[in-house]
Amino acid sequence: MDIKAYIALSLVLFTIGIVGVLIRRNAILIFMCVELMLNAVNLLLVAFSKMHAVSTAAKASVTYASDAQIFVFFIMIVAAAEVSVGLAIIVMLYRNIHSVDVNFLNRLKN
Amino acid sequence: MNIQTILFILLSVLSVGSALMMMLSKNPVKSILWLIVVFFSISGHYVLLNAQFLAIVNIIVYAGAIMVLFLFVVMLMNLNADNEPVKNYRLRLIALISGGSLLLVLLSAFMNVQQAQPVLLKTGDGGLIHVLGMTLFTKYVLPFEISSVLFLSAMVGAVVIGKKDS
Repeated sequence: MDIKAYIALSLVLFTIGIVGVLIRRNAILIFMCVELMLNAVNLLLVAFSKMHAVSTAAKASVTYASDAQIFVFFIMIVAAAEVSVGLAIIVMLYRNIHSVDVNFLNRLKN
Repeated sequence: MNIQTILFILLSVLSVGSALMMMLSKNPVKSILWLIVVFFSISGHYVLLNAQFLAIVNIIVYAGAIMVLFLFVVMLMNLNADNEPVKNYRLRLIALISGGSLLLVLLSAFMNVQQAQPVLLKTGDGGLIHVLGMTLFTKYVLPFEISSVLFLSAMVGAVVIGKKDS
């Protein structure tokens, strides 16, 4: 499989996430689109790790692939921590202004 | 065209189509379910790339834990109706144009990669649990332990933010 297919797929998913962040007004949906962008980047990292595992097949190919995939694992850990704090913030906003529409969140006062 | 190419095309169509449905559906609950479909198809891509550990972790962490958390929050707030009354079509058009041009620029920038080797599917043992576990607990044991502290602080932060003022 060509690496360009994976690049194109990841870029399409990333752009769908960006357009979703721009056009949706619901804070939870914006958050989900950010998760989609993180997953697109993870997919591209894994594809690149497999590409490098081929190119350095003579020596230490296992190590290169493992390093990139552990990097993806840490990205997933940070995303899980981020989601727990972010959803707590969204629940707090809903408790204060009874809406999750980001058009109502454009002021920090009150 | 061998079986792996067909599987790649099927999974790609599934992931892009369900990502579009996630972005465009009115109901937040349906949107969350489509995002779960996206995560499962990305896990299928990981299996195809012979990264079984990441495939399982992706299903457990994303589709299992994070999406259930989203679903709980949406159902707790009773948001499962269409509550986006303001339809700003001009803003949507501008967002679509800017996103499409960003996609074009990124594609034209990344499509002429130098040193592009083919990605070998279903070979290599770099993604198996045995190899990844050995690497994680020897070479990367310090970031692994620090990430547990990160989780503890995120848990404390979520409780502190979410509790009612008394």
